Amino acid sequence: MEQVIRFTPQKPARREFIRASVAASVVVSAGALMNSSEAWALELKALKPETARTLIQLARDIYPHDRIATKYYAVAIKGMDAKAAGDAKFKAMLEKGVADLNGRAKKAHQRAHYESVGWEIDRVKILKSVEKTPFFQAIRGDLVVSLYNQKEVWPVFGYEGESASKGGYINRGFNDLTWL
Amino acid sequence: MTTKFRMDDDSVVVIVGSGAGGGTLATQLALKGVKVVCLEAGARHEIEDFINDEWASFGQLAWTDMRMTSGSWRVSRNFANLPAWIVKSVGGSTTHWAGASLRFQEHEFKTKSVYGEVKGANLLDWPVTLKEMEPWYAMAEDRMGVTRTNGIPGLPGNNNFKVMEYGAKKIGYSMVHTGNMAINSQPRDGRAACQQIGFCFQGCKSGAKWSTLYAELPKGEKTGNLEVRSQCHVYKIEHDNSGKVTGVVYYDKDGKSQRQKARVVAVAGNSIETPRLLLLSASGKFSKGLANSSDQVGRNYMRHMTGSVYASFDRPVKMWRGTTMAGIIQDEAKHDPKRGFVGGYEMETLSLGVPFMAAFLDPGSWGREFTTGMEAYENMAGMWLVGEDMPQATNRITLHDKAKDKHGLPVANVHFDDHPNDIKMRDHAYARGMAVYEAAGATRFFPTTPYPSTHNLGTCRMAAKPEDGVVNAYGRSHDIKNLFISDGSQFTTGAAENPTLTIVALALRQADHIVSLMSKREI
Repeated sequence: MEQVIRFTPQKPARREFIRASVAASVVVSAGALMNSSEAWALELKALKPETARTLIQLARDIYPHDRIATKYYAVAIKGMDAKAAGDAKFKAMLEKGVADLNGRAKKAHQRAHYESVGWEIDRVKILKSVEKTPFFQAIRGDLVVSLYNQKEVWPVFGYEGESASKGGYINRGFNDLTWL
Repeated sequence: MTTKFRMDDDSVVVIVGSGAGGGTLATQLALKGVKVVCLEAGARHEIEDFINDEWASFGQLAWTDMRMTSGSWRVSRNFANLPAWIVKSVGGSTTHWAGASLRFQEHEFKTKSVYGEVKGANLLDWPVTLKEMEPWYAMAEDRMGVTRTNGIPGLPGNNNFKVMEYGAKKIGYSMVHTGNMAINSQPRDGRAACQQIGFCFQGCKSGAKWSTLYAELPKGEKTGNLEVRSQCHVYKIEHDNSGKVTGVVYYDKDGKSQRQKARVVAVAGNSIETPRLLLLSASGKFSKGLANSSDQVGRNYMRHMTGSVYASFDRPVKMWRGTTMAGIIQDEAKHDPKRGFVGGYEMETLSLGVPFMAAFLDPGSWGREFTTGMEAYENMAGMWLVGEDMPQATNRITLHDKAKDKHGLPVANVHFDDHPNDIKMRDHAYARGMAVYEAAGATRFFPTTPYPSTHNLGTCRMAAKPEDGVVNAYGRSHDIKNLFISDGSQFTTGAAENPTLTIVALALRQADHIVSLMSKREI
């Protein structure tokens, strides 16, 4: 997959810091999301930056891997943003779906944004209430490919990927298990 | 210089499909001096084109044209437009198959006699016996270089096999080995030995695995008697007033309709496209579709009782390393109704890479229950459970009434409901698979739902009587004497074993039969 995250130096410009700790380092800045701790920015074509920010948290809550950095979830959301740029219906579904999540966060936890709900278990409760919706299913169905198909995350699972160019495993441990 | 036959050459045998059935038949006929045009819907991707990357390879090789599904099977819910994981490429699903090459057992050719009446099952004895098939099996094993036959040693066991073997022996299984695999354990037939690459399903990069793409078709092409025409999607078989088929029409790579004349037509498009083509070829004379006086075309669709058991351990396994399916337990393959079901099942090593594991481990699931499972990936072992499923008249390929392909032709609808016998067998197999891994120290089990079908069988079945099936014991249509079915669609019942060896053996036998009929001018 092409590198779709633009790495930028931090800008000391105006920032709207998010209150909750879960996303404290992610800020919205003129058409982009910036993550200061991981030093990347996500430029958006179609979605509102606030929407993308919520979607990134949503992506992590759907497939939570604590050893996978947020930028890989952002890469997955960037793909959805690109699709939204060419598909007004899809874009509307994402914007509406996120607005709905925020509404549920406000009702249950008095938070303006879904990602401002501090505990994962509380956010998962919100997701359980929407998991049958086309919005949730579309995000999950996209993510199961767009997250796990990133070669950069495979080492987290121990997976080694392509092997033919290295001569396979015939001399590289296809039968190296010794603990039985 | 590759051979090219004229479109109006009505002396050629036209074969639709270049996989295990079509590719073998095409090559064998060419070797016997018969002129063959093999039409393949997919493009020609050679060994160097194969990709060690699951989704990229899927995009390259898989049949992803629109299909529809119905019925209570979970595939219809999770993968509504992907009933089958099969291939659209020269070589067909022999590019993707795992290589397991097992003979059917004697009783599996006569299930109606042996199993008796099974409510809701459309069982029937094959019009051919194991004894009659034995020489053809022997020829197929030699040709494909099946391990543990013809003096060919077994493949070495990988880590995934070690775990399965350890657990299997601990719970008392004895028929445990690295399989009868059409994968070279040593160089043979101009092809290399297995390099333990681990991407068997993505096209074998070493060429150690038998595939019609490079182990058959080039031999046929070398004779000058075989033309393989790729990216040619046959959509109609034509016939004359006497009811003999006269040729096929197809869309070429530019989407232009072409007509190839033929003396004989053999269809081997896999058990979804083969009946679809017969149904699409309906005419005034054959209003229900070609070769369908029995109304059995498309019925009795079988996909094997399948399922997988993955298990995680406290230490690494790295199951993705090495030959994917070189490991088998055969103790449950017998017919033993005391277990509560008829027929049996094989247990075979299996692994998926991270991208496909995410898609198939528990389709649709999310959250930490799922992701902690994924995080155990490195420590997982896996096996596939594959057993005989019951033929049912209502499990069926039909033409969808609304959905159309890019040429405007109705797509196939695949309807499937598990038979109660399938469910009992699957439950038994899950329990035994988990017992194997428990004995090896598993910390967590993943009894995984069936994937989109890889073994698609039975939709033009063989039957002694024309009213019971579509073709006779040689795969020849009961209704149309110069029309043959040459793939797994012919299977009267599914047996427990992976089907490719039997498809190849039947194709070799059919080639002899076609040559004999041609020389006697019967076709």
